[in-house]
Amino acid sequence: MSENRIEVSTLAAMAAAGKEAEILFWVGCAGSFDERAKKITKAFVKILHNAGVSFAVLGAEETCSGDPAKRAGNEFLFQMQAATNIATLNSYGVKKVVTACPHCFNTLKNEYPALGGNYEVVHHTQLLKDLLDQNRLSLEGGVFKGKKITFHDPCYLGRANGVYEAPRELIKKLDAQLVEMKNCKQKGLCCGAGGAQMFKDAEPGNKEINIARTEEALETQPDIVAAACPFCNTMMTDGVKNKEKESSVAVMDIAELIAQAGDL
Amino acid sequence: MQYIPNVVFALILVLGIGYFVQNIRQLIANITLGKKPTVKGDRKQRLKNVAYIAFGQSKMFKRPISGLLHLVVYLGFVIINIEVLEIVLDGLLGTHRLFSFLGPTYNVLIATFEIFAAAVVLAVGVFWLRRNALKISRFWKPEMTAWPKNDANYILYIEWVLMGLFLTMNAADYQLQLMDAAHYTQAGAFPVSSLLAPLFDQLSETSLILIERGAWWLHICGILFFLNYLYYSKHLHILLAFPNTYFGRLTPQGQFAHNETVAKEVAMMMDPNADPFAAPAADAPLPERFGAADVQDLNQIQLLNAYTCTECGRCTDMCPANQTGKKLSPRKVMMDTRDRLEEIGKNTKKNKGVFVPDGKQLLGDYISAEELWACTSCNACVEACPVSIDPLSIIMEMRQYLVMEQSAAPQALNNMMGNIENNGAPWPYNQQDRLLWAQEK
Repeated sequence: MSENRIEVSTLAAMAAAGKEAEILFWVGCAGSFDERAKKITKAFVKILHNAGVSFAVLGAEETCSGDPAKRAGNEFLFQMQAATNIATLNSYGVKKVVTACPHCFNTLKNEYPALGGNYEVVHHTQLLKDLLDQNRLSLEGGVFKGKKITFHDPCYLGRANGVYEAPRELIKKLDAQLVEMKNCKQKGLCCGAGGAQMFKDAEPGNKEINIARTEEALETQPDIVAAACPFCNTMMTDGVKNKEKESSVAVMDIAELIAQAGDL
Repeated sequence: MQYIPNVVFALILVLGIGYFVQNIRQLIANITLGKKPTVKGDRKQRLKNVAYIAFGQSKMFKRPISGLLHLVVYLGFVIINIEVLEIVLDGLLGTHRLFSFLGPTYNVLIATFEIFAAAVVLAVGVFWLRRNALKISRFWKPEMTAWPKNDANYILYIEWVLMGLFLTMNAADYQLQLMDAAHYTQAGAFPVSSLLAPLFDQLSETSLILIERGAWWLHICGILFFLNYLYYSKHLHILLAFPNTYFGRLTPQGQFAHNETVAKEVAMMMDPNADPFAAPAADAPLPERFGAADVQDLNQIQLLNAYTCTECGRCTDMCPANQTGKKLSPRKVMMDTRDRLEEIGKNTKKNKGVFVPDGKQLLGDYISAEELWACTSCNACVEACPVSIDPLSIIMEMRQYLVMEQSAAPQALNNMMGNIENNGAPWPYNQQDRLLWAQEK
């Protein structure tokens, strides 16, 4: 193994070796293929290793959760994807799933049970918070001390599933100054990517949604816009570039913040 | 002869309530044109929601100013109804201030009604100013023209008139009590209407009785009119907010409806023993339509949602698509659903219980595909609704119809779905490459 390579096992390899993983890391399409989101995946994996979490991924056995298909109205395609994934997950006897994508998180947690897929599904910010509470992860905010960080609530994490505090508590642990946007938590404004919008152009209007949200984020004069969703990350990154602020404002996933703070 | 007013009153009451009952029956008939919903979950939690969200108005206070104003009008409405009970009994029995035997309690009651009446007059005034002078943007969206705009103002005027009549009636009564007029029992305390008394002090007893009786009759007739106005107005929420919050979803907002029709198809496709060429049984029912094109495809809770909507526009105000100038307005989705349901209800009634196709449908004639495709499914509208209406569920079911029945998705989404079908990701990457990231720097 080269030094740069990140060690991850697939469930298939583990099963072949007669081993079991505590938790399945569901990487998701963005986390697997999107250049920006892959960095989040890697940061999260480093944290998992550092905390000594026994985990595995599905690798080539993973396919789209079906979220964009369902939100686009293609219930048929969604259920086909779900059935395939559930068959895979059940064949390995998966009990707990973590994912860095709120869309996969929501779909696996809420929409798979009706189709026979019952797992304990957590978002990576929830798992990180648990690791911190169990002292398996230590956070020193050196790098981020005093930095102004604003958190953009992903719709599918916040309103959809009521997870507002885990990401915020992690930011606070970095000794950073958490500044809230005027619309946050239950009132958080969408980044514009949900409901399959990520994959199409917006309908005619007078502004792009990600620009509107970026403006709200920039109003807080942040050093960092923290995200917890690969799609929000893309939308906010584009928004910051559009406002020509990319040299002073970084858009980072919570996992990246923690990995960087721990010098991982 | 002396019983004529009682008889007239009883007749007006029976007519007013009878017509109202008719309207409610029509409303129920229209709602039952929808599919039967599955109402799962905890009854206790549902009742708790009714208590907190409808009775307690918990979600109204997300916007403190309108929340407080609304609370005043709501409490005024509920409390003044005790007075309406006395008015109805007086009317039927030919008594005057029947509850005055309560003594000091009665004084407190009447004083409370008066203070609330005055507070309602003020709150309604502020509502009117917010709507017509401050022109708060959610009241001036494209769907808020013509009837919806006028309806909102009519309701405010009716409330003003009713409160005005109530206070006028009390003011004249108070003056008559001071004059020791016959039949005018010395009862009640009049902290507000006594301030109006100077307007009346030059008037004769006959004129005062005329004013008092006139206000009394107009007030009760006005209430009966308002009761019957509800069905034609956005104001039905005063009744339907209660059942609507009861039937509101208990599951996480991110959990979109499970589609059993599709589940059966998928199960059959995955079943290696299923015969793909088997003809359906001769008596097999026609397969259900995928998604929703018209109101009959929606479920009864969604239709109840449409009648409950009071067009406050909090949903539209929070909608990211609407905020950025797209055509989508969740409020309009609810208003269109109600309008179309009314149209179908009338058609069905006219044709003796059978709907005669009119060449129109909710999708296309009321709600355009452009509106539907602008939705980010962010749930801001659902979260914003003070009475648990779910516009998103209707949007999603109409998308299902567009995609699964008409293959009418935007081209970019067809590409995305093609990718998912072919290579298990919304982008054209090979599924075998899903772990390549682990080998990169």
